[in-house]
Amino acid sequence: SLNCVEWSLLPPATEEMVAQAEQLKGRFQGDPSFEYEYTEINAEDAERLFEDGKEPMVKEESRLVATIEQIDRAVGIIPRGAFLKTPLGSVRENRNFEGLSLTEAKKLSSYFHFTEPVNLKNKTLLEKADLDPSTDFLDSLEHDIPQGSWTVQLEKGGTVVVLRSLLWLGLTFYHVPMTKQYGYVYFGTGEKNLDLPFML
Amino acid sequence: HGPYQPHEPGYGLYQPGYSPYDDQIPDPKSRMLAIQNAKAYLLKSSTTSGLNLYDHLANMLTKILDEQPTNAVDIIENISKDVKWAQLQKKMDTLRDEHEILPTFEAAEKRKALFLKANGEGDEELEEEIGETPLPNVMETAFYFEQAGIGLSKDESYHVFLALKKLITVQPIQTCRFWGKILGLEMNYIIAEVQYHEGEEEEETEEEEVTEEGGKGMGEVEDEDEKKEKEDEPPKSTYKPPPVIPKEENGTGANKYVYFVCNEPGKPWVKLPPVTPAQIVCARKIKKFFTGRLDAPVVSFPPFPGNEANYLRAQIARISAGTQISPIGFYQFAEEEGDEEEEGGGGRDTYEENPDFQPLSVAEMVDSLATWVHHGQSILKQGRCVWLNPFQKSEEEEEEDEEEEKAEEPDELQQEIGPPLLTPLSEDEGIQNIPAWTAQPSTNLIPQYAVAILQSNRWPGAYAFASGKKFDNIYFGWGHKYSPENHTPALPPPVQAEYPSGPETTETRDPTLEEELAFKAATEEALAAAEDEEDEEDVVEDDEEEEEEED
Repeated sequence: SLNCVEWSLLPPATEEMVAQAEQLKGRFQGDPSFEYEYTEINAEDAERLFEDGKEPMVKEESRLVATIEQIDRAVGIIPRGAFLKTPLGSVRENRNFEGLSLTEAKKLSSYFHFTEPVNLKNKTLLEKADLDPSTDFLDSLEHDIPQGSWTVQLEKGGTVVVLRSLLWLGLTFYHVPMTKQYGYVYFGTGEKNLDLPFML
Repeated sequence: HGPYQPHEPGYGLYQPGYSPYDDQIPDPKSRMLAIQNAKAYLLKSSTTSGLNLYDHLANMLTKILDEQPTNAVDIIENISKDVKWAQLQKKMDTLRDEHEILPTFEAAEKRKALFLKANGEGDEELEEEIGETPLPNVMETAFYFEQAGIGLSKDESYHVFLALKKLITVQPIQTCRFWGKILGLEMNYIIAEVQYHEGEEEEETEEEEVTEEGGKGMGEVEDEDEKKEKEDEPPKSTYKPPPVIPKEENGTGANKYVYFVCNEPGKPWVKLPPVTPAQIVCARKIKKFFTGRLDAPVVSFPPFPGNEANYLRAQIARISAGTQISPIGFYQFAEEEGDEEEEGGGGRDTYEENPDFQPLSVAEMVDSLATWVHHGQSILKQGRCVWLNPFQKSEEEEEEDEEEEKAEEPDELQQEIGPPLLTPLSEDEGIQNIPAWTAQPSTNLIPQYAVAILQSNRWPGAYAFASGKKFDNIYFGWGHKYSPENHTPALPPPVQAEYPSGPETTETRDPTLEEELAFKAATEEALAAAEDEEDEEDVVEDDEEEEEEED
């Protein structure tokens, strides 16, 4: 939506869209039908594209969709215990989730990425033994590369804990300890911060 | 298998009246007995926790019937756990409460100081001050920015307001403005832009002079030592470091304002040191996050001269120079100084408020960028706002230079000219195909009360608003410039040559025997040829000599 009054449904993201959108740089224009021209194409890609007969133009709409998908996948986080895995394998919301305690909330290991786990299998058996399979089935934030790509701060006199991602500048996650309230929002330019390793 | 006895497993599963063995208890009396046995078992207290199953089941069922959660059967274990936990909580209550109050209590204590009035402030003084107070109306500014969705929460704005008030009572300040907030890794910075009353800043310069004199004394001692060792010295390096560009005076140029920072409102304000051109030049090349601690070192290449406080000051200077804007006409040049041909071409430095300012309508402010002007002086490549030729040598230095070998003449620096003060924004360069500023009204629905909002695209996080006669700038962000390309750090310079390579110092292979003989013969032939030319009478002798030598 451009004005919070009229909303349009975005198509779901495909791998192709994501791959195309990664090559585009610069700000969004604000017009969903704006078409980008490929300025930097590898020779292979150009051949492939011209064979298909398509022109290398990417619509801003698909770039938007791909960016949303990337952000969700990379930095969408939830506190530990908010979602449970049933023995059947499906993931459900935990209605008994009472929130993290204050000490737990300050630790990065109490937050998980809300996507398919990648690092879980790499943990040593010793660590796996400590995990509770119903709550610890996702990747924790501790092992994010590069280290230190999240900032944890307490705001409002210590009543709200705010995590900010440095990889996608503008992604903010909030949680009020000892309550069920948590969530994340993104306000920003929609560009990945590739300079992160230089900036830490 | 008849009715289960209490000691047998499977007792609790049996429900009287529903089992297939009912016909085995036709007698109501024994059924009553069975029920009483069952109840007695349920009421039996557990040895470990003091609860009994009967009460627990009753509580659980009460809770379920009261709350009526969906799919109760799926979460029955959790409900059971909650009920047990609720029982236990009463015993541990006091300990838990004390634990939790502490962190928030501490934070509140710090903020409490803000809410107390300063000592010695009577009612009379308040009335006098209300007329001209340097304190900016932070809440009003926050209100206007809120129309655009920018700003801190009301709580935090108010805390900042009180913190600024405290700053003013402590320092002798003429004007003060809430500059903005820069986010950091561990803590954030809240920044206030301040101008002192005239004559209040002499203390700092005295300190700096003392250190300079100390440095000169050291230099003299070192020269004497060098003279003693002149004979044995290795060749002196011909490297002359580029002259240090002096920083601008406090109160002018990049150091026009003094900045105070604090991590949170309630913590003491810290003054940032004035910025030097070297720091600005270096800050342009690096891109680093702020940690939130002012004494943290900035590890980067090229190495930044200073710690985080200096880096922060340099970034603030760059941001201010690039994004402090005001509606056209609000400020005007003082009319007396009209010469543009002053030495150095510095242009006009000062501006003052225009008493005849006629505010433009919001629609006009938004439509074209020419209605806004920069009132922050831009910083030249050199790192200063006013260009200074560092090679203006005094007489003493010229004499010294004549004695020394002038191995490298410094290139003549061209005078750098930046855009003059009060240039409209339409002159700002965009980045690729993006304009430097994005303007929009705060609302399209109510144009009468809309506010014109400008967002900077070069420094994401810098905003400005204008509405009638009011305007302000603010910054909320990480403190970095926007660049669509990735940041490429400067490569280290090529390795310096240790010595000039010439025929004397170049290694060559030792000549072989044949080469030596050939060389010898060649030189002798040359000699012989020379002698032939001089003395033709000695031809015979020469021939004999040649024959002898050739053997």
